[in-house]
Amino acid sequence: MMLSFLGKRLIATVPVVLVVAVAVFTIVRLTPGDPAAIIGGNGATSEDLDRIRVQLGLDKPLLTQFLLWAGQVLQGDLGFSYYLNKPVVELIGQRVGPTLSLACGTLILAIIIALPLGTVAAWRMGGLVDKAVMAFSVAGFSVPVFVIGYVLIYLAALKLQWFPVQGYRRLSEGAWLWARHLVLPCLTLAVTYVALLARVTRAAVSEALTEDYIRTARAKGIGEKAVLTHHALRNAAVPVVTVIGVSAALLLGGVVVTETVYAIPGLGQLTVDAVLNRDFPVLQGVVLFFAMIYVVVNLLVDFAYLILDPRIRY
Amino acid sequence: MNTWKRLWRHGAVRGGVLVLAALTIVGALAPWLGTFDPSAMDASFISVPAGTAGRVTLLDGSQIDHTFWMGSDSVGRDIWSRVLYGTRISLVVGVFTAGLAVVIGCTCGLLAGYFRTADALLMRIMDGMMAIPAVLVAITLVAVLGASLSTVILAIAVPEVPRVTRLVRSLVISLREESFVEAARALATRNIVILWRDILPNAAAPLIVQGTFIAASAVLTEAILSFLGLGLPADVPTWGNIMAEGRVAFSQAPGNVLFPALFLVPTILAVNLLGDGLRDVLDPKFAKRA
Repeated sequence: MMLSFLGKRLIATVPVVLVVAVAVFTIVRLTPGDPAAIIGGNGATSEDLDRIRVQLGLDKPLLTQFLLWAGQVLQGDLGFSYYLNKPVVELIGQRVGPTLSLACGTLILAIIIALPLGTVAAWRMGGLVDKAVMAFSVAGFSVPVFVIGYVLIYLAALKLQWFPVQGYRRLSEGAWLWARHLVLPCLTLAVTYVALLARVTRAAVSEALTEDYIRTARAKGIGEKAVLTHHALRNAAVPVVTVIGVSAALLLGGVVVTETVYAIPGLGQLTVDAVLNRDFPVLQGVVLFFAMIYVVVNLLVDFAYLILDPRIRY
Repeated sequence: MNTWKRLWRHGAVRGGVLVLAALTIVGALAPWLGTFDPSAMDASFISVPAGTAGRVTLLDGSQIDHTFWMGSDSVGRDIWSRVLYGTRISLVVGVFTAGLAVVIGCTCGLLAGYFRTADALLMRIMDGMMAIPAVLVAITLVAVLGASLSTVILAIAVPEVPRVTRLVRSLVISLREESFVEAARALATRNIVILWRDILPNAAAPLIVQGTFIAASAVLTEAILSFLGLGLPADVPTWGNIMAEGRVAFSQAPGNVLFPALFLVPTILAVNLLGDGLRDVLDPKFAKRA
């Protein structure tokens, strides 16, 4: 049962991965400018260019080029950055730490803030917390990540001097230093996420609260806290986890912006630099990598369903 | 007529419309609101604080008396002028992106919902597109197509298409089984006529709501692209570009980042409020679901 479910979910991701691969490949092929000319530089003769084209496989038909490229990707070869003179995989490997720290930190922070808020809002619908949550969920979507970032830098780093203004420290340089540099970026990125998750939690919990088992639980004399956490929130978990999966793309997009605001040397900065330097192999690699994270997160979400709701059997 | 009245009575709709109307007027009247050419720079007014007044020399050599209400940037351009002219770009991007995404998404959704053969292929493509962060799709498209107003609009619209497609498809799938569609089919009405005359009008309300939310996220995404330095060229006065320019000297002059934000945030908020209100009034079924 478990294995067939696993197999089915994996097969379902194949078309998604294929579409992403074709899109990424095509986009870079559409780029104006001859890659051979870029690699060859100004002094290259037309013979040089021809030689580079053959070397890169640019003389072959498009489908063959795609298959060759896909074959390399499957072997873990995402190409070579001629600008930075390094394999793309190595570049991504160097930059993935800060990005994942930021993304995971944000997600944890957002869950810690949003779940209680959303639950209380649903519990006392129309109350003060509920109104605040609803107002915040509109506002959270309307303030761009970088505006929140600069306001926080202005208040918490420049005025109050609680946190460093910008920059990133590796975990190996000390956990305290690492965490201190991550607080503001995570808080910044969490705002949108809290808005989203609190809203979904509120909707899901309020729906669960109308169910018969809640009335039964209350009739048995179980305390409100236990009713909310064990009965209502537990049953509201599926929609909340679904939203976490679907919005993984939103989170990764936000990471790109947040890294620029806080000068964090992660994948986001790598992306921005790649575009500015027209370093397309890197851009291609990062887009592919982010899409794969999305696919993996949503596979994990599928498995989470099995644990959260035993009724779900595919 | 009744719908208009109900819309106007809704607080969020009224608030959103009023703010957007004010912004449209500000954008349209930008040249007469104490501004000068937003690209003009005067080397004697570099990074002046808000409120500085003086005699500015314009590009054509003429001189005017001017007050820098919001200060100037690091090359001596007037932030106030740039912010007001930036209103135009944000509004144009919001409106056209929403229009484009709705038209493309609607076409795909109608096809996927009505023709089973198109469904599988189209929806797999949409699933794949949703796997890539929207900002990254937009960044990549602008990088490939080159930055201009029309490519930026296209690049922001493309990642919004899957959501519209899914919405329209789900509406069509339920509408397809309605008796009025069956009746039209029994009369040998051509498919395209059924889609246009019978199905599309029934999908209009949710589409208007969705389009409004897309406009809000388009204004936001355009600002992000400009802010990252990957959107419209840096001399074009967009709110994101002004903030990108100001970010280097943020510690000394936070105003260059925060003043454009005072326009950007209310704009997005107004469009989102308008969307919420429209949903309440036009699409009560969806309002209950969400």
